[in-house]
Amino acid sequence: MAFSLLTLDTCIYQSTINHKKEGMKMGRKSLAGVLSLVLMVILLVITGQVLAAEESPKQYIPMLSYWSGPFAAGGSGLAGGQEDFMQLMNMEGGINGIMYEWEECETGYNVARGIECYERVKTHDPKPCVVHPYATGICYALLPKGIDDEIPIVFEGYGRADAADGRYFKWAFNFPTHYWSQNTAKIKFIAMKQGWDGKNTAEIGKFLKGVKIANLYIDLPYGQETKPILDDLSKTYGFIVRHFPVSWPGIDQKAQWMDIARRYKPDWVINRNWGVSCTVPLKEAARMGFPADKILGVWWCGSEEDVLPAGPAAKGYYATNFHGVGKDFPLIQRIVDKVYGAMKGNISFTRVGTVFYNRGVMYGIHMHEALLTAQKKFGVKVITPEEMRWALEHLDITKERIKEIGAEGLIQPVRTTCEDHEGGGNVFVQQWDGEKWVATGYVIEPMKEYVRNMVEESAAKYAGEKGLEKRDCSDWKPFKQ
Amino acid sequence: MFYRECGVYKDTYAGDMAIFPIPLDRYGFTVMLILAFVAIPLWASDYFISNIMIPFYCFSLSVIGLNILAGYAGQISIGHAAFMAVGAYSALILYGRFGIPLLPSILGGGIVSGFVGIVFGLPSLRIKGFYLAIATLASQFIIQWVIVHWQWFSGGVFGTVETPDMHIFGWLLDTPVEKYYLALGWLILLTVCAKNLVRGQLGRNWQAIRDVDYAAEIIGINLYRDKLIAFAVATFYAGIAGALITFCYYGAANIEEFHVMVSFALIGMIIIGGMGTILGSFLGAGFFVLLPLFINRFMGIFMEVVPSEIRSNIESIIFGGLIVFFLIVEPYGMARLWHTIKDKLRLWPFPY
Amino acid sequence: MIFFFEVFITGLMVGIMYSLVALGFALIFKASDVFNMAQGAMSLFAGLALVGFLYQYMHLPLWLSLLCTMGVMTIWAYVIVYVILRPLVARPPLMLFMATFGVMYLMEGIGQSIYGTQAKGLNLGIPDQSFEVAGILMSSFDLTFAGVAAVLVIGLVIFFQKTRTGRALRAVSDDHEAALSVGIPLLKAWVVTWVIAGIVAVVAGVAWGTRLGVQFSLGYIAFKALPVLIIGGIDSIPGAIIAGLMVGAGENLAEVFIGPYVGGGIQTFFPYLIALLVLYFKPYGLFGKEIIERV
Repeated sequence: MAFSLLTLDTCIYQSTINHKKEGMKMGRKSLAGVLSLVLMVILLVITGQVLAAEESPKQYIPMLSYWSGPFAAGGSGLAGGQEDFMQLMNMEGGINGIMYEWEECETGYNVARGIECYERVKTHDPKPCVVHPYATGICYALLPKGIDDEIPIVFEGYGRADAADGRYFKWAFNFPTHYWSQNTAKIKFIAMKQGWDGKNTAEIGKFLKGVKIANLYIDLPYGQETKPILDDLSKTYGFIVRHFPVSWPGIDQKAQWMDIARRYKPDWVINRNWGVSCTVPLKEAARMGFPADKILGVWWCGSEEDVLPAGPAAKGYYATNFHGVGKDFPLIQRIVDKVYGAMKGNISFTRVGTVFYNRGVMYGIHMHEALLTAQKKFGVKVITPEEMRWALEHLDITKERIKEIGAEGLIQPVRTTCEDHEGGGNVFVQQWDGEKWVATGYVIEPMKEYVRNMVEESAAKYAGEKGLEKRDCSDWKPFKQ
Repeated sequence: MFYRECGVYKDTYAGDMAIFPIPLDRYGFTVMLILAFVAIPLWASDYFISNIMIPFYCFSLSVIGLNILAGYAGQISIGHAAFMAVGAYSALILYGRFGIPLLPSILGGGIVSGFVGIVFGLPSLRIKGFYLAIATLASQFIIQWVIVHWQWFSGGVFGTVETPDMHIFGWLLDTPVEKYYLALGWLILLTVCAKNLVRGQLGRNWQAIRDVDYAAEIIGINLYRDKLIAFAVATFYAGIAGALITFCYYGAANIEEFHVMVSFALIGMIIIGGMGTILGSFLGAGFFVLLPLFINRFMGIFMEVVPSEIRSNIESIIFGGLIVFFLIVEPYGMARLWHTIKDKLRLWPFPY
Repeated sequence: MIFFFEVFITGLMVGIMYSLVALGFALIFKASDVFNMAQGAMSLFAGLALVGFLYQYMHLPLWLSLLCTMGVMTIWAYVIVYVILRPLVARPPLMLFMATFGVMYLMEGIGQSIYGTQAKGLNLGIPDQSFEVAGILMSSFDLTFAGVAAVLVIGLVIFFQKTRTGRALRAVSDDHEAALSVGIPLLKAWVVTWVIAGIVAVVAGVAWGTRLGVQFSLGYIAFKALPVLIIGGIDSIPGAIIAGLMVGAGENLAEVFIGPYVGGGIQTFFPYLIALLVLYFKPYGLFGKEIIERV
């Protein structure tokens, strides 16, 4: 008994000594501590909940956008364009009366966040009928999930090129064109600039023989993707290609440009970068005296955000694209009048008509046409993912339809089939005139057979690894509107 | 009154040295274990398990490693994410390419990472403080370069290696709950190991090195050996964490997921959570995993009113603001805050 | 051979641009023993503010815009010192480092909220021609900034060695509490340091902003400057310049001549290799203050 009392005494005494040192601070700190615990509990509770569903039937479209981070300039354009289009459609009656409802989830171009966003939005009721990853890394991560969850993943102009083989990639769509097609189109463009007439592919080798090409790319898988194709094509057509990797983040490319402009002295430079590493080459080239009109950029390096910081050095720079540029389309004008007229724009007005913005609008147009097609087949209602997948595989946007919606020159005809999820594939080339992008009029068809062979080979390999079934496409029929 | 160590008698050495001497602590810990093993898998949604708990566990594991290195041994390392990548890719290669069963593969990923960590820990034998911190950035960039360029290791032109289906003794792991148990199992096992490591001779050696390293040398601690062991252990943990998060969450190993800003985030986690504590690793990881989600959700409510650009950057602002706030209020991290509360509870209801 | 010299000289020029950024780090460490992770973000904010004054929100003449930008950085200096650093006065350096980490996120977030995320071109009329000297290509832009950096460094060295404030700052970096006890107003000294660092950030922001356009990625120049910092010594101003020259020349030469054999792209980590080598022989950098431990 006495012993225990003594221990108790000692305990309290010890604690008192400790306590006196801490003194007043403990009160404040305990309060802060309790507050943080409460905060953590609230965090846990709220983040575990699912958003409540809306009452009226709306077509739910998740936007995995990135308005922050190093690629925010691009991401904001894409998201802004698509959202503005959906706003316009809502104002013009929706999809035969069903309105769009969208929800943004900021990914910051980060794969983990992208996965988290996807997992969160897929539980939404109604289910999202389509998911645009907007980023190659996120696209790769979501492809297997799309298969499991049966939600179509659409990635237009980025992501896995071999998803064009619809027999293996049932739930993945990458119309109107992808990186491998673009690559062959780039080579064709260079050949045309060297004097080829653009018609007889057998003659390309004549014009490309001995031409020196420098492939400047960012040293990430995205940049490395085209190396094997270029090497392969160089063997076939006799041009010389050398690869110049730029290490992330690519803000300093002096060494590469010294090598390119002063030692290697190529005829053409291909600019396969993303973000700030697209802009730096233009300035460095100017500094080295390398003409800007011998630089051909990929379509993620061909926007106003990439060339404006380079100033006058960028004049004459070519870039590929797969849609039209500028505001001069009836559809864009409608967005300006109706959406911005009612102050419901989703992005600052100066961005309307820029390259990334138009790309976002195009994503919206394709989605809208697919929904309309789905409604023609399944009735006017909220479309489910399976129905959307069907529609994406039976997409047939004709020239007449494009003119009808006011997008002539903005987008190109697209036609998907069960086997071909790329459906179209032409590449445009635009040139920077110092103030804006101007379409050069070149409309280049990629080397379809060559690309298709590669796509099928790669898709079969992937399917073998993942155990995906090869679908039987023989019962596919085009949909009569 | 309830939470006291007075009146709690121990009559064995083992009892004296227990991790949780106070009974209420033991009960609390048991409750948490039940929560983790039973309650969450039963009642939480798939989204919660997959997207909140699994990353939380994996990052906690990685942060425990970093805490051992930076908090206990005093060697600040800003290249930790790269070691996670090494572990991820190694485990994938062992499992996918060589067909070694899943659990040894994950362990193998950690071991490979540990060896790489020893190599990059060699500078610590000569360099100290912030100089070492920046020198460890070298490990981040070098490993990143090697993975991007070494095709055999990182798998082909796409650079992203998807995880094959996971089997343990023939059982296919494909639901979130099963992946959750995998991550949880590794976490519990390795946390217990870590806790005992830092309580033992090695842990005391490390703390001695951290406090005054030449004094440690004088009393006979082998600095070189212990520093390198710290690096090895820390990167082993990182490797296993990387392997787990790749298998259970990302589904694919992608080097861009382990870039330098993730390393900075890991440092942030140990600072906020509390350097030199195991509990701090969990608190810090929880903070970093949950906060962006919370802000994202919260901001979704304001979608109509606030322009998108400000909304997305609010996250950065709140993040930075909270880091600064926590540092001012409690510079030693949330773990210290927790211990302060516990101390106060020990005396309750006595005022002093 | 000429090509070798060309790459060498270009590398030196680039190196000076790196050392401009490293200078900011070194300054703050020298005067307040804080490793300022936010230096890159400060350059970004300075660039954004300058563009804001010049084109975006107002159209002020250049000299006024520069002054206003420096004013903005002064406000930041006051905010950082009085709100964030004051409560953390005698804490271990790692805590202060972490605080600057938080400041980095804050600055990036606030900067991009106010000024938007688009990349903005910055053109201050600095001549950007290339001309050949003895067959070696040089750029007037780089030479201009080499001159600016030289002036800055000389000015700063004189400031720290010869003026009273400079001596006070050095005392503060040595030991906060001792400086306080001697009567040096600690917080004012810190504000002065951060303002000077802010001015250096403006210069770096202008230099790099003109090259890359002012955008989020500007913050990444910090990663290029860090090895420069540790090679020269975290708290050494002449060290920053010399190390910058070494790193610039070294990495460019390596990328051009060694790069093709190993697959290229070694530019990012090569400076760190140089750093490891230098640190092996001199653990506190070439000119850094050696911490002598007394047993």
